[in-house]
Amino acid sequence: MKILKTLLATVAITSALMAGVANAADKKIAIVVKALGIGFFEAANKGAQEAAKELGDVEIIYTGPTTTTAEGQIEVINSLIAQKVDAIAISANDKDAVVPALKKAMDRGIKVISWDSGVAPEGRMMHLNPSSNPLIGNMIIKLAADNLPDGGDVAVLSASATATNQNTWIAEMNKVLPNYKGINVVATVYGDDLADKSYRETQGLIQSYPNLKAIIAPTSVGIVAAAQAVTDAGKVGQINVTGLGLPSEMAGHVKSGASKSFAIWNPIDLGYSATMIANDLIGGAEAKPGAELKMGRMGTVKLDDNNEGAMADPFVYDASNVEEFAKIF
Amino acid sequence: MVETQHSPRIIPDRLEGRGARALKSWESLLLVVALAIFITNSLASPYFLDPWNLSDATFNFTEKAMIAFAMALVIIAGEIDLSVAAIVALASTAMGYAATLGFDTPALVVVGLAVGLACGAINGLLVTGMGLPSIVVTIGTMSLFRGLSFIILGDKAFTGYPDSFAWFGQGYVWWVFSFEFVFFAALAVVYGILLHKTNFGRSVYAIGNNATAALFSGVRVARVKFILFLLTGLMAGVASICLTSRLGSTRPSIALGWELEIVTMVVLGGVSILGGSGTIPGVVLAALIMGMVTFGFGLLNVPGIVMSIFIGLLLILVIALPIVYRRVRRRLKEGAR
Repeated sequence: MKILKTLLATVAITSALMAGVANAADKKIAIVVKALGIGFFEAANKGAQEAAKELGDVEIIYTGPTTTTAEGQIEVINSLIAQKVDAIAISANDKDAVVPALKKAMDRGIKVISWDSGVAPEGRMMHLNPSSNPLIGNMIIKLAADNLPDGGDVAVLSASATATNQNTWIAEMNKVLPNYKGINVVATVYGDDLADKSYRETQGLIQSYPNLKAIIAPTSVGIVAAAQAVTDAGKVGQINVTGLGLPSEMAGHVKSGASKSFAIWNPIDLGYSATMIANDLIGGAEAKPGAELKMGRMGTVKLDDNNEGAMADPFVYDASNVEEFAKIF
Repeated sequence: MVETQHSPRIIPDRLEGRGARALKSWESLLLVVALAIFITNSLASPYFLDPWNLSDATFNFTEKAMIAFAMALVIIAGEIDLSVAAIVALASTAMGYAATLGFDTPALVVVGLAVGLACGAINGLLVTGMGLPSIVVTIGTMSLFRGLSFIILGDKAFTGYPDSFAWFGQGYVWWVFSFEFVFFAALAVVYGILLHKTNFGRSVYAIGNNATAALFSGVRVARVKFILFLLTGLMAGVASICLTSRLGSTRPSIALGWELEIVTMVVLGGVSILGGSGTIPGVVLAALIMGMVTFGFGLLNVPGIVMSIFIGLLLILVIALPIVYRRVRRRLKEGAR
């Protein structure tokens, strides 16, 4: 009798498994991340699941290696090719090393896109940037201006003088500066992305410009150091620190009032949009320069000559949401 | 029967036959495990039994297994080399640098092998020349070699490899058989013969069992050990060529953590970590088992950390089983008497 019971149970479990497989005849989209167990990517997975729910017929395979190596990602890609998934959306550990494996995936009819950390153009159909240089340049000055209705003096605390990203953003910011009446950028100083140097440079700014109303730091190291320097100088409420930062590092300074708001990409939106784009490609959309791909609630993304697109404005974090995201990244 | 009362140890009057020994051997246990995993994988995923998928999966272990052959010899001789993964990184960095200087594929191969040999020679000299314990020496050189590639590369990458260089890691010899897999099989034969059919192989076992006795029997212990470290360095160079060619790019984090996976492979293959025993067929089977487990779990989208746990359990289980079996058998025998 016991044997019979075991047999029956086995049959029941097997058929349940088969049913599961049958249900999974949906479109399979793999989200491949740099490594599992990183808050930023877990949040992106949350967004991907949201997109899958909205689409209804999509199954998300959230996967990645245990360490952030290219070899590990290639093993993962090979097993995804073997499973014949419909699309792979990857944040790459090495933009070149994963190209041969991803090329093989595309040869076998799998749609490949990269997001967050890109893949060289020959290894993907399109790349989704979380934002674009003009959008970031505009956002950092807007964050400062929104809290200064009457205008005032602001200063920029950048990374190093040769940092490509920061220089591009500051140049874009200067382009749109005339749109913000009464805002004067009085100085740009360089903290070299070192906490102590950024701190000292901020102290210098506070002493040199007594009318300073805001400090813009488009670097996650600089913004924290600047907020600390403002707090230590007892200038909270007089000088608002803003720019680009990580919620987990900035939550305390938002709470204390040293920073009213700051911006960075939203990983949930990024995972959501990557899934939506992958689905659009599976549905027959073509990734070519000038094409517009659908991203559900995030609108559409327009591809440039390198088949790259920007998702949206950087996401603004303030007292209302920073605690929630501080748990994520 | 009077004799047995005097001596507690039963000395058999003849050795067991070849067949009986083979049946009870470690390798047959591994073979059973490998078959079980193969069958489980085939049942668990409809994608497993596909020649191209299996071919892709071999890349999971071929490079590590190449190093594992040389590592098996080192461990049998009672030493260990933990710097192999760092040698892979340094050799890859050197090849990347040579490629930026415009060297072509044959020169790159020479550079990769030469760096591997040089690193092996440093390990060998420190261990045999100065008589330092190999575990300490190679932990040191592990940091040294990888540190050098970090200094040279920083957060940059070498990617300018010539197209013909890609063949080692991406080329196919015939149908689904990649160059790497064929090379792995060839190396298995070479190392099998070296360890089991030559004087050199005998002296490796002799050193592992009793280095002093080996020395007094006329084995040049230091020289054999030096050659073994040269071999692991060389094989790390070979693996570096294959891996770099497969990735088409070098970063200082290349092959990070491989040394432990390689040692795991060797120990799972039945090589005693204390030295003195083990076989190449065992290592081959262990490589296949680890490759299949990784691939099978990958197909089921099991997170990598669960895979590591499984490999760990497998290792403990496979090592514990024979010991438990022996104990139980002894108990039963004593009980019966």
